[in-house]
Amino acid sequence: MMNQAGFPLLSLITWLPLLGGVVILSLRGEEDVIAANARWAALWTSLIVFAMSLLLWSEFDSSEAGFQFVENVAWLPEFGVGYRMGVDGISILFVLLSTLLTPICILASWEAVRKNVREYMLVFLVLETMMVGTFCALDFVVFYMFFEGVLIPMYLIIGIWGGPRRVYSAFKFFLYTLAGSVLMLLALLAMWYSAGTADITVLLHTQFPTNMQYWLFLAFLASFAVKVPMWPVHTWLPDAHVEAPTAGSVILAGVLLKMGAYGFLRFSVPMLPQASAYFAPLIYALSVVAVIYTSLVALAQTDMKKLIAYSSVAHMAVVTIGIFTFNIQGIDGALFQMLSHGIVSGALFLCVGVIYDRMHTREIARYGGLAERMPAYAVTFMLFTLASVGLPGTAGFVGEILVLFGSFKVNFWLSLFGGSGMILGACYMLYLYRRVIFGRLTRADLQSILDLSPREVALFAPLVVLTLWMGVYPSSFTQFFENSVSAMVMQHHAAIEGASRVAARTPSHLAPRMVVPVAQSVVH
Amino acid sequence: MNWFLSLPEIVLALSGMGILLLGVVKRGDATQICSMLTIAALVLCAVLIVGNSFGPAFEGQFLADPISVFAKLLILAASAFSVLLSLDFNERAHIARFEFPVLVLFATLGMMMMVSAGNMMSLYLGLELQSLSIYVLAAFARDDLRSAEAGLKYFVLGALASGLLLYGISLVYGFSGSMDFVGIAHALADPASVSPGVIVGIVFVITGLAFKVAAVPFHMWTPDVYEGAPTPVTAFFGTAPKVAAMVLFARVMMGPFGHALGQWQTLIETISIASMILGALAAIGQTNIKRLMAYSSIGHMGYVLIGIACGNAAGLRSVLIYLAVYVFMFLGTFAVILAMRRRGEAVETIADLAGLGRNDPALALAMTVFMFSMAGIPPLSGFFGKLYVFLAAVQSGLWGLAVIGVLTSVVGAFYYLRIIKVMYFDEPGSAFDRRAPSLSVVAAATGIFTTFFFLLPAPVLNAAQAAAKVLFG
Repeated sequence: MMNQAGFPLLSLITWLPLLGGVVILSLRGEEDVIAANARWAALWTSLIVFAMSLLLWSEFDSSEAGFQFVENVAWLPEFGVGYRMGVDGISILFVLLSTLLTPICILASWEAVRKNVREYMLVFLVLETMMVGTFCALDFVVFYMFFEGVLIPMYLIIGIWGGPRRVYSAFKFFLYTLAGSVLMLLALLAMWYSAGTADITVLLHTQFPTNMQYWLFLAFLASFAVKVPMWPVHTWLPDAHVEAPTAGSVILAGVLLKMGAYGFLRFSVPMLPQASAYFAPLIYALSVVAVIYTSLVALAQTDMKKLIAYSSVAHMAVVTIGIFTFNIQGIDGALFQMLSHGIVSGALFLCVGVIYDRMHTREIARYGGLAERMPAYAVTFMLFTLASVGLPGTAGFVGEILVLFGSFKVNFWLSLFGGSGMILGACYMLYLYRRVIFGRLTRADLQSILDLSPREVALFAPLVVLTLWMGVYPSSFTQFFENSVSAMVMQHHAAIEGASRVAARTPSHLAPRMVVPVAQSVVH
Repeated sequence: MNWFLSLPEIVLALSGMGILLLGVVKRGDATQICSMLTIAALVLCAVLIVGNSFGPAFEGQFLADPISVFAKLLILAASAFSVLLSLDFNERAHIARFEFPVLVLFATLGMMMMVSAGNMMSLYLGLELQSLSIYVLAAFARDDLRSAEAGLKYFVLGALASGLLLYGISLVYGFSGSMDFVGIAHALADPASVSPGVIVGIVFVITGLAFKVAAVPFHMWTPDVYEGAPTPVTAFFGTAPKVAAMVLFARVMMGPFGHALGQWQTLIETISIASMILGALAAIGQTNIKRLMAYSSIGHMGYVLIGIACGNAAGLRSVLIYLAVYVFMFLGTFAVILAMRRRGEAVETIADLAGLGRNDPALALAMTVFMFSMAGIPPLSGFFGKLYVFLAAVQSGLWGLAVIGVLTSVVGAFYYLRIIKVMYFDEPGSAFDRRAPSLSVVAAATGIFTTFFFLLPAPVLNAAQAAAKVLFG
């Protein structure tokens, strides 16, 4: 099937990194030569992939709510499974986020990673394939393969190139995520079986019986809540962040956390409307707890990465509130918040990485007065700190304010408690900034610390531009998902009203059983 | 009498005798030539199987159908790979004798009879031919105390299991009046008229077969035998006999006993759950990698039993797919384990793998693939095995099995991850000896199958689908 690019663009974006990985594997020579070549090969591969995703961006028709660039290749036709790829307004920006952050991460690890460079670059490219694939997949089985496949490279990144407690963190990350995902697998199998196909585009319009929806929703929740992560299953995140190398943290915060929220948007809300509405208060409660609790925890941290990790949990809780408001503002805001958080928290981890590379410590108390020696760094860090706080004019503001609008429509208290995250966020972020950057530079070893190198400037430049761009002119991003989101919201409300109309018209015991297109013969 | 259908078995039997004769007659060491001839005979047999037609032979005692073809090809592949793996090991362990490949060959013949059995009698004959050969194989390193112990243990418990099986068969025969699978199925067609005697017989048959597949609670012999037997023999034990016994198990439960599904389903579910849980938990504390693999295989058999518990076409299909995937993962893992040698001595603890990622990246990569695959992480083949098993469970409404299955797979992931951790995260020890080319061949072949199964799963899936249609029209 042809798409508007004229060639399988999405598959190319997805699989090209793997090709780069093969090239890296085939490098021969001295260890230093291999390392240098591996770095360049990985950088060029990821840059080409990014360029192709820009092509995707420019060719994308944002007035269309459905899936575009669709590819469909028979894979296991007798099981109703196909290799189906496609993007809509919701997923396209995540593809771009992944392809943008990967070259930045590779550049960030240029000097920081010294052992097993070839393997490191290989694993990062594999990770890129998995991330892009997750957002492009339009088939359950394909989606699950990518979604779960992410664990392999991430486990290795944390475990091999991580900090002192890397083994514990890598195991915790892997097992937490796997435990959630396998339950989702069962839900996927149940949906696959009852609908007779694993095609997401078909399942988006399949009505599942309400009782079944509850179970499916809980199974999805198990997986996505761990991935987002929602309170109380967030504890793997601080550990993973602290131990992961800088680039690993950037990808983790920038993209992997978004997979959970993307899952809610792609599966839970549109496919299970009744159950989503039923469980929304639970999500609100967990999210509000997360906003307040993890913000307070962040305030007490002494490790910079841990602080930012906890702030990620708080910010992602705002996202989950937004998704489950089921109105356009809320979901638009959630999507925008995800994108801005992907860039801002990624940049914050890079900021930590910059001084960690110089001083090899992340203890906040070991720093102070960096503004004296590192003015450019101080400005950059300031921008991302304020964006994280949600200062108007930066990316962080737009998402939060939209989610607040959306949640205000649902409930005043939800909006109040959810919004308290902005105040608490200002507390811990500015407190962090004050302790690291301001004050007197008293420590002897900080006297000779160097400001940003050209490579680091190159890392931050695109992120700075994007942060301001998103803050000043958000509609150049929201226009991509507006149509998809309003279609989803309309479908959701239609489904809820449809169900309640049926219930109102007939006594409950006579209510017709909802028809599920069971094509069991296909699955048999 | 259409004896032509059993031509592959006849050819294999004759070539086995020929190779045995050659080994006795030939002067000097005949191990190499006998091993090569055995592999050739196995390959020839596979070709004959693919070319042969389907149908019952010897008045229904021998069945050539898609199920048996699927299983036989797997068994032959596993046996051929095992012989290949043994070449180098036996040489270095000073147990290189030409009887080894011949015994493997006769065990294979027995297994082929098992999966083709259409009658309780031919079933038992095949099973015993297989068992007697592998008892000897377990004790093949006869000067090694652990190997001798493994052989004895295997023999005593295996004989007990055979006895139970035989007793069960006699009860089923006595109460249903037939030895033939078709006849038994006919006698049990009306569930209301099934006598308690038959049920007792079925329970005994299940017990006997559960011994053979090492399902909990009849698994006690497995860790000791796996640890004690020479490593290539363990690789063989973990694959070919498991396939044969499992396919036989599936055929017996779904064929002759198929109508009594309601009577035995809970029993299979129970041993499946017990196997999955024990396989996941008991492996955590192991330090010897062969012992760990023994528990791992117990766990894997638990997953396969889910498919049998479903008792329908989807179940049978998932059993076959899982076995196909499992055989290659397991053989590949053992190729790596066999490569674990320092200064000529085989080492077997997990800690010995430390730093393999530095010392031998290719081998470590292969092991990583096998471990992630065993943990069921996509896109590796092990994921597909689990996917179809759980799909079958969901289709059959066996939610309890499915949920416990996925949760134990998470627990199991822990110890597979631990091996990867040791290889990559721990400080390197001294490097292993240069590995034999045969090991590299097996590791590469199985590794490629495991990694790229997802690209072209259709041949295996379609063959399994066709096989499932045999019992469920």
